[in-house]
Amino acid sequence: MKFTWFHLMPWPHLPDDFREKHRSVWVDIPTTLYDAKRGHHVYHDYFDQLEYAETMGFDALGVNEHHANAYGLMPSPNLMAAALARRTSKAALMVLGDSIALYNPPIRVAEEFAMLDVITGGRLACGFPVGTSMDTNYAYGTIPALTREKYNEAHELIMRAWREDEPFAFNGRYTKLRYVNCWPKPIQRPRPPIFIPGGGSIETYDFCLEFDYTYCYLSYSGYLRAKQLMDGYWERVAKAGKDESPYRGGFAQVICVADTDAEAEKLYSKHVHYFYNRCLHVYPGFADAPGYRTVKTLQANMITQLTQAQLRNYPTLTWKDLVDQGYVIAGSPKTVYDRMVDLAKTLRVGNIFGLFQVGDMPGDKVRHSTKLFAEQVMPKLKAELFQEWKNEDRFWIKPMQQSERRQMAAE
Amino acid sequence: MTITSRLIDVAGGRNKVRVYEGGDGPPLFYLHGAGGLMREDRLIAALARHYRVYAPLLPGYEDSVGEERLRDMLDMTLHGYDVMQALGLSKPLVVGHSMGGMIAAEMAAIAPNEIERLALIAPAGIWLPEHPIVDIFALLPQEFPHYLFHDVEAGVKLMTPGGDMNDVKFLAEFMIANARRLGTAGKMLFPIPERGLSERLYRIKARTLVVWGENDKLIPPVYAGEFIKGISGARLMTIPQAGHLVGHEKPHALVEALRTLN
Repeated sequence: MKFTWFHLMPWPHLPDDFREKHRSVWVDIPTTLYDAKRGHHVYHDYFDQLEYAETMGFDALGVNEHHANAYGLMPSPNLMAAALARRTSKAALMVLGDSIALYNPPIRVAEEFAMLDVITGGRLACGFPVGTSMDTNYAYGTIPALTREKYNEAHELIMRAWREDEPFAFNGRYTKLRYVNCWPKPIQRPRPPIFIPGGGSIETYDFCLEFDYTYCYLSYSGYLRAKQLMDGYWERVAKAGKDESPYRGGFAQVICVADTDAEAEKLYSKHVHYFYNRCLHVYPGFADAPGYRTVKTLQANMITQLTQAQLRNYPTLTWKDLVDQGYVIAGSPKTVYDRMVDLAKTLRVGNIFGLFQVGDMPGDKVRHSTKLFAEQVMPKLKAELFQEWKNEDRFWIKPMQQSERRQMAAE
Repeated sequence: MTITSRLIDVAGGRNKVRVYEGGDGPPLFYLHGAGGLMREDRLIAALARHYRVYAPLLPGYEDSVGEERLRDMLDMTLHGYDVMQALGLSKPLVVGHSMGGMIAAEMAAIAPNEIERLALIAPAGIWLPEHPIVDIFALLPQEFPHYLFHDVEAGVKLMTPGGDMNDVKFLAEFMIANARRLGTAGKMLFPIPERGLSERLYRIKARTLVVWGENDKLIPPVYAGEFIKGISGARLMTIPQAGHLVGHEKPHALVEALRTLN
């Protein structure tokens, strides 16, 4: 299995009465709640945590892209990856931006990802999210019904820009470039591994299968609720006649490890509640701009979504609810191990995006949980699960040989 | 007055469009707003008492299809002419409400000799930064009536005849249809309902009537002034005790206003 230590970079200073005073953590949250001088410390604390995760042996360090969002302070994930590039040397850098429909022209993504891949010696894993409606439509103004067409065109441009050895003209509907000439080119040719975050759109399943990209479900609702969606994906995989490599799938999971189950509650409960009650407090009017999802997808999912939305009442959920219902995998290394096995088997995912920093959790607790997982959970999972796929290398980075690489600051 | 409907081929079969039709009198071409037409639409019925009404549904609404080829304002404007062409209409009275008013104004501006009489009912298409229009794409279904009607309670009944927003199945169907409708409308109205119309209004030659509900909370009546200023000779008629859906709240007052254009 591949473990990505994934950071959302939440703002940890939202007030106690945030829910009562504000309708949304995203899109129209006032910036008076932000403090740039505290933000300076927050960013560096978070970089420390990511760098620590590499020393603990995680396969990848994950960053992502959000806009106008107080739980995701990375409008530019590429900047974060660049900052990590020279402070790390082994882990893949999993950049789960770039929302390619938002870059103008999208050749910018081909260039910046190529730069990152070259700087890291081929350690870049890149995500091409369509982006949430909050980011893509409300914060960045993309017309909802045209988002997917714009995305597909940007994808075509980026892939060609990496693949072709000669400059070419690109006559798209949204981007017209007389000279496409991507300098530099990535080390990983024809492309770095690509991870596509999705939320159940049938079009996204098919897109991943067409190009052999890894489909990632980045939900915060835990693996039990994700089963239906991932089952839908695997059905599609079978229908397309593709092999069932678990590395075609990925899942994000909040994970909190302590010495005992009781200790986990004592240490982490407060921060987990901060995350679910403040960070995920999103105004429903921003959740899904009309036209963002296709009618086909809406018809497949609408009743489930509405029913789940009615059930998902975070403020009423206790620590026990969150743990029992799988929103959070928490407890002793043994408890966490058992649930992780259940997760991996239930969803058939070889990629785990572990969220170890949760809400306003401070660095010492983050490191404690990360260390226990890395030493007592991760090695067993790697040794025991999906052994029949242990030689799978189609979906992971292919960095330069150590001997070819220039020594970097961190080494 | 009987209103019937049929599905017609538009633009050589590139679009199929449902057209509601009825009444006797001079031809009237009606372009609906972002919400589409209502079931047993009161405004259409009132218009049909004095006109032969043709009310097409934009692709993306009900079973009108082909919306994927309509991406921007020019596509929508030309589509309006394609429908007129398919119906064999020549110089009808063109009436557009809200988003439909924006399309009607664009049609009259792009081919000023084709439209001689024009009525714009609370049209969209202009943005005044000091009077921002509410973001209809971020409203919850139950929030709409407040912005659309003067009499909100009566408006709710008009909008959801026989349905209950608390019933998951009804709500799911409403939301799917709404996503498709507003998804199409978003090509003209998202994220700001403005596509340069104010710079083209000077081209309009039609005798133009601008109608506004006095208590319009969606596009405030201050916007009427911009249309009056921009279109040579345009007249304004304000209808009291009416909101954004002025034609549904005060159909007779609206028809009387239109008849001054005859």
